[in-house]
Amino acid sequence: MAAGAKRKSYDGVVACLPVTIPYRRYSTNSAQWWLGRALRELCKRAKLHAADIDGLAVSSFTLGPDTAVGLTQHFGVSPRWLDHIPFGGASGIVALRRAARAVQSGDAEIVACIAGDTNHVDSFRKTLSTFSRFAQDAVYPYGSGGANASFALITKNYMNLYGAKREDFAKICIAQRDNALSIPHAMMKKKLTLDDYMTARPIADPIHLFDCVMPCAGAEGLLVCREDAAKALRLPYARILSTIERHNAYPSDPIQVRGGWAVDISDLWSMAGIKPDAVDFVQTYDDYPVIVMMQFEDLGFCKKGEGPDFVRSHTFTNDGSFPNNTSGGQLSVGQAGAGGGLLGLVEAVRQLTQQPLGSAVPDARNGVVSGFGMINYDRGLASGAAILARA
Amino acid sequence: MTEPLVRPKRKNPLQRTRRPLSPQGIRSRTAHGLTAAAAEGRFALQVCEDCKTVIYPPRDCCPSCLSARLPFRDVSRGGALLAETTVHTSPEPYFRERMPWRVGTVKLDAGPVMVAHLHGDTREGDRVRLELKLDKSGSAVAIALPEQDTPNMADDPHLREMTCDPKFRRVLITDGRTPVGQAMAKAFADAGAAIVFVGVADAWKPFPGLDALRKIAPVEIVPLDVTDTESVTEQAEQNGARIDIVVNTAEHVRSGGIVDRHGLTVVREQIDVRYLGLVRLAQAFGPILRARGADGVNSAAAFVNLLSVHALMNWPAYGSYSAAEAACLSAAHCMRAELRPGGVKVMNVFFGPLETEWFQTVPPPKVAPAALARGVVRGLQQGVEDVFVGDIAEDIRARLAVNPKALEREMATS
Repeated sequence: MAAGAKRKSYDGVVACLPVTIPYRRYSTNSAQWWLGRALRELCKRAKLHAADIDGLAVSSFTLGPDTAVGLTQHFGVSPRWLDHIPFGGASGIVALRRAARAVQSGDAEIVACIAGDTNHVDSFRKTLSTFSRFAQDAVYPYGSGGANASFALITKNYMNLYGAKREDFAKICIAQRDNALSIPHAMMKKKLTLDDYMTARPIADPIHLFDCVMPCAGAEGLLVCREDAAKALRLPYARILSTIERHNAYPSDPIQVRGGWAVDISDLWSMAGIKPDAVDFVQTYDDYPVIVMMQFEDLGFCKKGEGPDFVRSHTFTNDGSFPNNTSGGQLSVGQAGAGGGLLGLVEAVRQLTQQPLGSAVPDARNGVVSGFGMINYDRGLASGAAILARA
Repeated sequence: MTEPLVRPKRKNPLQRTRRPLSPQGIRSRTAHGLTAAAAEGRFALQVCEDCKTVIYPPRDCCPSCLSARLPFRDVSRGGALLAETTVHTSPEPYFRERMPWRVGTVKLDAGPVMVAHLHGDTREGDRVRLELKLDKSGSAVAIALPEQDTPNMADDPHLREMTCDPKFRRVLITDGRTPVGQAMAKAFADAGAAIVFVGVADAWKPFPGLDALRKIAPVEIVPLDVTDTESVTEQAEQNGARIDIVVNTAEHVRSGGIVDRHGLTVVREQIDVRYLGLVRLAQAFGPILRARGADGVNSAAAFVNLLSVHALMNWPAYGSYSAAEAACLSAAHCMRAELRPGGVKVMNVFFGPLETEWFQTVPPPKVAPAALARGVVRGLQQGVEDVFVGDIAEDIRARLAVNPKALEREMATS
């Protein structure tokens, strides 16, 4: 396909006001409740009435039978721009892109992006068994291991092909845990040692306990608006340099060894006008560590197959080299359903506006945020990334 | 190497019988194309009529040309096992109590990638052959088997969950007076059944083959008359809890149609032996089978109906016989739904005219009782739901698939 029109920049559009509704392992509340908390927190901190927010983007797995439309009546808001983005781990990036264009074109002034889920005691099983038609027909009947089993196969294949070892995945998980130790609402509060990681109980070989995120209830949110609007609200903001999004890339790879990022990677960097070495931190989508390693490759930080060596040559901690998932990622703070898709974006905006909840990445100017989601059958279908910069 | 099964010891009567569980059986309507193939032991996937792409998981739109013409066709079973995992935790109770459970990603020679159950003798990197099986929920799943047969491979615990192998199981043959009943007893003994109960009504009446029947080691002759509710109930009370497979061999073959028959005597007898006989057996044995669907190595496994293929299309020369068989077929569909919660299969075995006295005037090809019995055992070993034995049965099935109306007309003159 010939290259299309040159993409328009996001100049003048910013992301601001990162909020997190502290996670809980289980909640008897509904997704509507959690998303409502996030919207209220956004209004409260921006000193806005809900009516002033004329755009709303919603991501959630457990909202059913409602969609974003039903939420408008539930919340008593009347937006002129509304989006429902059920893209799991990619929904944050997708929401950011859509909201940014809506604001840029004047279809909306201020868009609230909210994402979150509840977690009832039986939510996990129910979500797994009905996740998708292909999951129902062709995955769940096979041991019902859910995403753990699917990613186990992807991880095993990656290990076979590129020589990654469990110790390499351990390093990613341990560094993220170190980054999480200063985050008050993190589900996992204890330092993770290599021994803890290696001796953890097997879930679906080679996946063990600390490769898995802990499902929980929670919500994340932020605002997307014009730069002058953020200034008027006195909200610190981060610029959006570039974004990409891709679905169902490389369908003929028999097992997933790369995500859609690899298709659009040159676009991501050329639009941003910076090179990978100008990046101060990355927020990768970390459900599971093998996907983090794939993102290092596919986002252009190293070549395909060099992920294991790349991991061996960095610390990934906020005070070290190549900080990754600076608030601990879902592996440490927990996975609040679709909230996990917004987690990295919210943390990136916090770091770039010098308001981190936990430890700061020193002098962070540019950050990459990546999203990945929806293991429909045997692989994650949705991927996206954004480069954000300090204003 | 598969560890050979050990013949289970006599069950401790104080031990609780585990309640049967099933994996999730819900499928999209399209995915039941796999169930249809598995029910007959075929390996069929969707093949696009327009671009020939082989498709999996089942779809309603071809991912290479967007065609909607995606019939299921038999395709090559071969593939390579690219990666495997052993699942240790599952939120689903069925798998939870059977952990660990191996699954793997198989790249099929035919094209698509299948996540499949793994036979214990498969290894990552190996060539494998895939089969579609009905799991305990009654829906289709794929299992990867080693490319070549391995010793005791049928004893693999994952595979045995999906079959009704008679090995070490206890079988009830409902009528031992007929050549089919006697052939069945021999075939089950040969297949390693632990006990073969053979029902005989009015035991004081001698019948040919009795001595040979007695000589078959695991055979135990028991009183059973399918036309007598009390007799059926008594037999179920006596032995029901140690019967894992019921094979209903009761037959009532008489020539003649419906219009040109005087009175109801024969028709009533046919209905009494075949349809009501089946209902009596189902009511007496069905609930016990269903409750014992997860009762260890020799769990309850199957109820076998022997049905004339003319249950599917009436043969006017044997018209009232065909009608009684059709009633049994319909009852079998009901029984399937009722026994499925126990993971117990209802296997229908369709046959053409038999090489027996009651089909004396019918020209060949005819089915020898021993061939029918082999078909039953093979079907149970494969875990299928529908079996066609013999040329006539296959012929009727093929003609029915093409044009049922033509078959109806043709049967009038055959």
